[in-house]
Amino acid sequence: MSPDPIWFRPPPRPTRVPEAPPRKEPPSVEITIDGVKRQAPEGSTILEACRAAAIETPTLCYLENLTPVNVCRVCVVEVVGSRVLVPACSRKVEAGMTVLTDSERVRLSRKMVLEFLGSSVDLSTAPGVESMMKRYGADPKRYGAPAPAAAANARDAREPGHHHAPDGRAAETVAQPVKIDNDLYVRDYGKCILCYKCVEACGTDAQNTFAISVAGRGFDARISTEANVPLPDSACVYCGNCIGVCPTGALMFKSEHDLRAAGEWNESKQTKTDTICPYCGVGCTLTLHVQDEHIVKVTSPMDREITHGHLCIKGRFGFDFVHPRGDGSPDDRVR
Amino acid sequence: MDIRVSADEPTSEERAAIDAVLGAPTSSWTGGERDTEGEGHTSLHAGREARSRRDLLLPALHAAQSRVGWITPGALATICKRLTIPPAEAHGVASFYHLFSTTPRPPAVAHVCDDIACRTRGGESICAMLLRTLGPEGSPARDGRMTWKRSPCLGLCERAPAALFTIAGERPRTFTLAPVTKASAIEAALESRETETSARQRIESVRRSVPQSGQPGLRLLRRVGQVDPEGLDAYRASGGFEALRRALSIGPAKVIEEVIASNLVGRGGAAFPTGRKWDAVLKAPARPHYLVCNADESEPGTFKDRLLMEGDPFAVLEGILIAAFAGGCERGFVYVRGEYPLAAERMERAIAAARAGRILGPSVLDSDFAFDVEVRRGAGAYICGEETALFNSIEGKRGEPRNKPPFPVHVGLFGKPTLVNNVETLANVPLVILDGGAAFAKSGTAGSSGPKLFCVSGHVTRPGLYEVPFGKTLRDVVDLAGGVLGGREIGAILLGGAAGVFVGDDRLDVPLTFEGTRAIGATLGSGVVMVFDHTTKLGDVLLRIAAFFRDESCGQCVPCRVGTVRQEELLQRLAAARPLGSLAQEKTLLREIGQAMRDASICGLGQTASSAVESALARFEPFSSGSTKR
Ligand SMILES: Cc1cc2nc3c(=O)[nH]c(=O)nc-3n(C[C@H](O)[C@H](O)[C@H](O)COP(=O)(O)O)c2cc1C
Ligand code: SF4
Ligand code: SF4
Ligand code: SF4
Ligand code: FES
Ligand code: FES
Repeated sequence: MSPDPIWFRPPPRPTRVPEAPPRKEPPSVEITIDGVKRQAPEGSTILEACRAAAIETPTLCYLENLTPVNVCRVCVVEVVGSRVLVPACSRKVEAGMTVLTDSERVRLSRKMVLEFLGSSVDLSTAPGVESMMKRYGADPKRYGAPAPAAAANARDAREPGHHHAPDGRAAETVAQPVKIDNDLYVRDYGKCILCYKCVEACGTDAQNTFAISVAGRGFDARISTEANVPLPDSACVYCGNCIGVCPTGALMFKSEHDLRAAGEWNESKQTKTDTICPYCGVGCTLTLHVQDEHIVKVTSPMDREITHGHLCIKGRFGFDFVHPRGDGSPDDRVR
Repeated sequence: MDIRVSADEPTSEERAAIDAVLGAPTSSWTGGERDTEGEGHTSLHAGREARSRRDLLLPALHAAQSRVGWITPGALATICKRLTIPPAEAHGVASFYHLFSTTPRPPAVAHVCDDIACRTRGGESICAMLLRTLGPEGSPARDGRMTWKRSPCLGLCERAPAALFTIAGERPRTFTLAPVTKASAIEAALESRETETSARQRIESVRRSVPQSGQPGLRLLRRVGQVDPEGLDAYRASGGFEALRRALSIGPAKVIEEVIASNLVGRGGAAFPTGRKWDAVLKAPARPHYLVCNADESEPGTFKDRLLMEGDPFAVLEGILIAAFAGGCERGFVYVRGEYPLAAERMERAIAAARAGRILGPSVLDSDFAFDVEVRRGAGAYICGEETALFNSIEGKRGEPRNKPPFPVHVGLFGKPTLVNNVETLANVPLVILDGGAAFAKSGTAGSSGPKLFCVSGHVTRPGLYEVPFGKTLRDVVDLAGGVLGGREIGAILLGGAAGVFVGDDRLDVPLTFEGTRAIGATLGSGVVMVFDHTTKLGDVLLRIAAFFRDESCGQCVPCRVGTVRQEELLQRLAAARPLGSLAQEKTLLREIGQAMRDASICGLGQTASSAVESALARFEPFSSGSTKR
């Protein structure tokens, strides 16, 4: 008798979730981008068509895993026949559309959007923006010296409607002190470009917690919890998904914030390691950012179908147990 | 949805005010966190019903605000629980509208207009007086009983200077006073207990704003100031609902044919052909179809829709009914700006009377057409006149415009096909049906058919609302209003409102038609003709306009949110003769700011925020000392 009966050896378990059956390819439409005729799937956006054609298009409020809100307007392109420019990130292609991605008008609007942001927001930790600025010749200094920063919570108290007229001596900004009210992450709204991504991630696009929203109006609009209460008093569950989508570093791991404040943040010394979250059966992919043998932040790749880059508090912040306490004692690991 | 609300409790008065809007809670569970032990599991489904009434958020916030003067954390928490709205979102909504306050505010507030028409009539000096008697804007005065605030245009420009009063309490009241020239009058109004005026006085107040009232040949203004605006029988006796009857007998397709033949285009500013819009709604497959009457009229200098609603609300309602019938709409909303208490009240009364007379309801005039409509009040936000922002506002959200496409005829209110028209457009509709489309098209000019209302204000002898057939010139309209006040010279005329353009007296012969104004690079906009005499400091007017756009930008998109700020700062530099770099550099910068706002903004607010400013700088030297005259 065989020592290994057939029933004893089940087929190997698949290591990935089975793929969904292939979808029918949508019919494609012909559009012209910068004079070149191209095919694009019906229902796709101008941005997708541009990317397929390797035309670099700046984006700030767009992210693959969120519903486009088209508010930053840095991606605008010219569609021949349209009175105004259109946002590439949300406008769908239509048969016969003629798109210009580098016309005079497009370049001017992109430059101005970048200048408007650069002159009112601290973009020092926003990856990629500097090269966009260079590409479009944006000069945020044209608007004069920045106005002094607002006091803590002063911007949150502003009412809609009348403002005190400026005297033109300085350019208004959103500068304000960092909000540090918990041990996990900080909110530095002086770096906020109001791209709505965190609100979307906290809302129906990922977390469904609705702890934050846009409050106020006009230039005084800001991201706020209910009545601007500190995060621990809000509905926040510290999933950190808002941090994951923030394009400017306005939302930041406290660990990263502290290291930056101490001048010790050093990305060239960091490694990124993908692993699986140890906590539950969902098995989200984590990317551990490690500097000096310490996890300094955790992200999740956007292209994994389990998470689309979103995590929960355990995967995002529950990593401290792997760090030795430093005194070498055996219970280092069971803190 | 699992929502977490704060433990703040409302006072019993606040709770009663909120319940008056939302109805008493149907179970002991009031939304939010559940007590399954107390309630049993069967009640776990009650939330969906509540969630689907998010559109009651603004009415509930109004109720809370008008009870105690501001929206307390307790009131907000209760509303959130009752409607299952996350508190952060509700806070975002409440803090968007300038008639709401999320911080303590005295119960009696005077909102004093300091906008461009009122400035020509001493609006700024009233603010200065109030600063002396009641203290700084927004600070509590007289033992915290009252305060005053500056306000953008209140739509009372023909009686400038104007003020709006919101008095919270057991019997909350909102009323306006114009003209109001003394700080003492404002304080008296803040202290007043009653503002009942007789029906006659009310008709007279309308008549005063419509100098042509009673003249033969008027069409849109035929009844205004003549026929009792609160009497259904009076309206019927003056030919009312004849057009509706005819429309019901010829059917939607034929109605649309007539409206297309009439060449009627929208009077809300965008001049879109009305018939084509209706046709698209009728043919939209999704159900239900909604109708929205846009009565948010907040364009500085505009007051035509207010006077139509105050003076002839049934005619507006008749237009609504015909439009709804043509578009296959089942339900409608009249969105009236929060600053128009009398107009909202008149529309509400007209609707109630029509409902009682079975002109609204399951069987309109005994036909098989079913339709009902209700009034929704805005809460202080110019941007909510933009149609998609208006939808969001009705839905209980921040009044942020949506990106188009999709257009409202396909995806509008509550995501359904929506027919949205301006009040004046709808008031034209009965005329179109009674005349027949072809005859209507013959009135006016080839490109602009029908009668048109012009809101004439500023330095003219008889400011007011004037009706003329399309084709009259700017000079005709200024002459109708008695020419420039005190026989002075014209400095500049603002056409089309803050989103319009300034022209000089060399343009007096331009015909006030869509094509005529377009030919000179101007616009009819919402029908504003605001005259500034040659002594006016045009620079001050421009600074106010720039501030207006900055205040009223919803803040959603970068070009408008920051562009309006940079534009204002730049104008302040010019006003102070303190340019950054050379004057030429400043002019280039201003042009670039303007172009980016025009090209890259989401909606018409940002797209037109530089229009008046740029037109003034091109034609005048607003910041040089001396007169406005070129
Ligand atoms: C910033 C902004 C404000 C507007 N305000 C109003 C308004 O107060 N009343 C109005 O009827 N239309 C207003 N509109 C135009 C509306 O979006 C819409 O075009 C109009 O209600 C359509 O009606 P109509 O075709 O009858 O003109 C505004 C548009 C913008 C961009
Ligand atoms: S951490 Fe999560 S729950 Fe908290 S605000 Fe961010 S997205 Fe919302
Ligand atoms: S905090 Fe970050 S994600 Fe949120 S709106 Fe600001 S920039 Fe965008
Ligand atoms: S243009 Fe201005 S008002 Fe319109 S969506 Fe953009 S920020 Fe809002
Ligand atoms: S990326 Fe398209 S508008 Fe922001
Ligand atoms: S009411 Fe004051 S400007 Fe219109």
